[in-house]
Amino acid sequence: MNIVACVKQVPDTEAAIKVKPDGSGIEEAGIKWVMNPYDEFGVEEALKLKEKFGGDVTIVSVGPARALETIRTALAMGADKGIHINDPALEGADAYNIAAALAAAIKGIPHDIIFCGQRAIDDDAGQVGSVLAEFLGIPQVTFVTKLDVEGASIKVIRPIEGAQLLIQSSLPCVVTAQKGLNEPRYASLPGIMKAKKKPVDVKDAAGLGVTVAPKAKIAKTLPPPARPPGKIICGEEPAEKARELAKLLREEAKVI
Amino acid sequence: MAKGVWIVAEQRYGAYRKISFELVSAARKLADQLGEEVGAILLGSGIEGIAGELGKYGADKVYVADNALFEPYTTDAHAAAIAKLVKEQNPSILLLGASAQGKDLSSRLVGKLATGMATDCVDLKIADGKLISIRPMYAGKCNGEIVVSAFPQMASLRPNVFPAVEKPKTAEVVKFDPGLDPGQLKTKVLEVQKDTSGKVDLTEANVIVSGGRGMKGPEGYGILEELADVLGATVGASRAAVDAGWRPQKDQVGQTGKVVSPNLYIACGISGAIQHLAGMGSSKYIVAINKDPDAPIFARADYGIVDDLFKVVPELTKEVKKLLA
Ligand SMILES: Cc1cc2nc3c(=O)[nH]c(=O)nc-3n(C[C@H](O)[C@H](O)[C@H](O)COP(=O)(O)OP(=O)(O)OC[C@H]3O[C@@H](n4cnc5c(N)ncnc54)[C@H](O)[C@@H]3O)c2cc1C
Ligand SMILES: Cc1cc2nc3c(=O)[nH]c(=O)nc-3n(C[C@H](O)[C@H](O)[C@H](O)COP(=O)(O)OP(=O)(O)OC[C@H]3O[C@@H](n4cnc5c(N)ncnc54)[C@H](O)[C@@H]3O)c2cc1C
Repeated sequence: MNIVACVKQVPDTEAAIKVKPDGSGIEEAGIKWVMNPYDEFGVEEALKLKEKFGGDVTIVSVGPARALETIRTALAMGADKGIHINDPALEGADAYNIAAALAAAIKGIPHDIIFCGQRAIDDDAGQVGSVLAEFLGIPQVTFVTKLDVEGASIKVIRPIEGAQLLIQSSLPCVVTAQKGLNEPRYASLPGIMKAKKKPVDVKDAAGLGVTVAPKAKIAKTLPPPARPPGKIICGEEPAEKARELAKLLREEAKVI
Repeated sequence: MAKGVWIVAEQRYGAYRKISFELVSAARKLADQLGEEVGAILLGSGIEGIAGELGKYGADKVYVADNALFEPYTTDAHAAAIAKLVKEQNPSILLLGASAQGKDLSSRLVGKLATGMATDCVDLKIADGKLISIRPMYAGKCNGEIVVSAFPQMASLRPNVFPAVEKPKTAEVVKFDPGLDPGQLKTKVLEVQKDTSGKVDLTEANVIVSGGRGMKGPEGYGILEELADVLGATVGASRAAVDAGWRPQKDQVGQTGKVVSPNLYIACGISGAIQHLAGMGSSKYIVAINKDPDAPIFARADYGIVDDLFKVVPELTKEVKKLLA
């Protein structure tokens, strides 16, 4: 079984994010970069399937030079090889264009299952996996919390509001990973050593035959809407505070 | 030229999801500014009878395709039918819900329609005839205005944020041929395992009572359940509580959990880490109950109580009961 896992390098969520004055992106100085947490679930699931069924796990990432670290992290976890798509034209490109580049790279390699995260925690677009599936002309199952391979198809669990669906999909297929799918492993020391020697192909848009044509952009970045300062409810006893709170919720906020 | 503000309605087994009305209302507002029509797409099985209801919120036209293959929802069937219709009719704006179904469907449509989309928006406006979609970015640390340069201009709307406003019209119901080819459907729902708790899902709840590490253990949630029962609320949790195994994964609110937008969010024993705030920051009213006066949650709360939650919450339940009696 040949598996591809798409990984995006994102700022660590603890990072204090500062938007550039022109709103074109964020100040990168001082940011620690990590693998998108949802992509860790994808890589882990890919490795588990490889352990069970054999085959290769290929990691694909679109990003600048620093994205190579994230590819190496996945290789250190146990993936076999990487494709690094590095092109300034794809910096901050929208989901359609990122997916176009990923699709062009993945078309050239055998793939039964392609893992993506359900979303990248920096820009939260939550689109790339499905758009990629469309480019490849294959089905998608999104927000997956459990996956079983049965012959030439997979069965997955997808939670929705108030229910869980058991869905069957033919292969090849794009699966987007949701928390709960598994517990990602850490890279071991020998794994990290081995990763250094694993092959990583570097490509650019032209090399993949992709022309970047923007579909969406951030026109402006604004501070979040100001919230009026909160009220700390004073009182002697918990009961007194609770009474005051209930009253405020009813009479002032009118939410109960 | 592309014209019209369209939405994709969401229903299950003939019952609308609330987001459908929120979408129509949001579309109506935009269409009035543009002087254009509101179109709604409704797919399902045995749903023709409910099509007209969208007129109540201001839909001018409802495009309906009734087919057994549309229930339960699958990406393949819905995306193919909608893409076909949208390509024929060429609306200028297409809105979906950022719900479980809407997220899956909208992102596939981005691919099929070769366009762009602003995800999980909290506000929309029109400037120079173009849609400007406002969405929280970087875990809610700022907001961005997204402009889509292709057509249709797509946006998915965060549930519970856009009010559903009645604006009655007599909607024209237009049946269309979805052109479904069963051979192209590659996915199938084998089973729908319903959640039997009878509680509204967190993403759709009007009131949420949420507990974190301060609850001390799974037993601690008893008092939150009691408060939730009185308020008709759903109980949520921080990641610390979920990771400790006190609450199921589906209850997690935050960056790696659910994004919620209730009218009232009561955070008990939750410190207010940025990743938690990312999931509930757009709630209309936030209450924090925490014994640490320096907990960051107070900076985001509309009302705060600094005290032991095990003493405050049962009292609050009593007081609310009295008020609602
Ligand atoms: C603040 C901000 C807001 C933005 N908002 C939007 C928006 O609303 N709409 C829009 O179209 N674009 C937006 N963009 C552009 C955005 O940067 C993206 O590159 C692109 O849209 C993909 O979205 P995402 O990174 O959120 O990925 P998602 O679609 O959320 O990612 C899902 C999965 O796809 C895979 N994936 C995503 N990116 C890569 C990659 N570079 N390499 C390998 N795999 C990847 C990963 O598996 C990931 O888990 C925004 C950019 C910024 C800086
Ligand atoms: C990549 C990433 C993703 C994450 N995603 C999420 C996410 O989706 N959701 C999420 O919630 N977190 C997420 N986190 C974790 C987040 O950083 C915090 O660790 C977590 O939110 C803390 O949970 P907490 O507030 O319950 O616990 P704590 O931070 O430990 O806070 C407990 C609070 O309870 C108070 N308390 C204790 N006892 C009492 C009492 N008797 N009465 C009143 N108050 C009391 C304390 O004063 C304290 O403020 C993520 C982290 C990372 C790195």
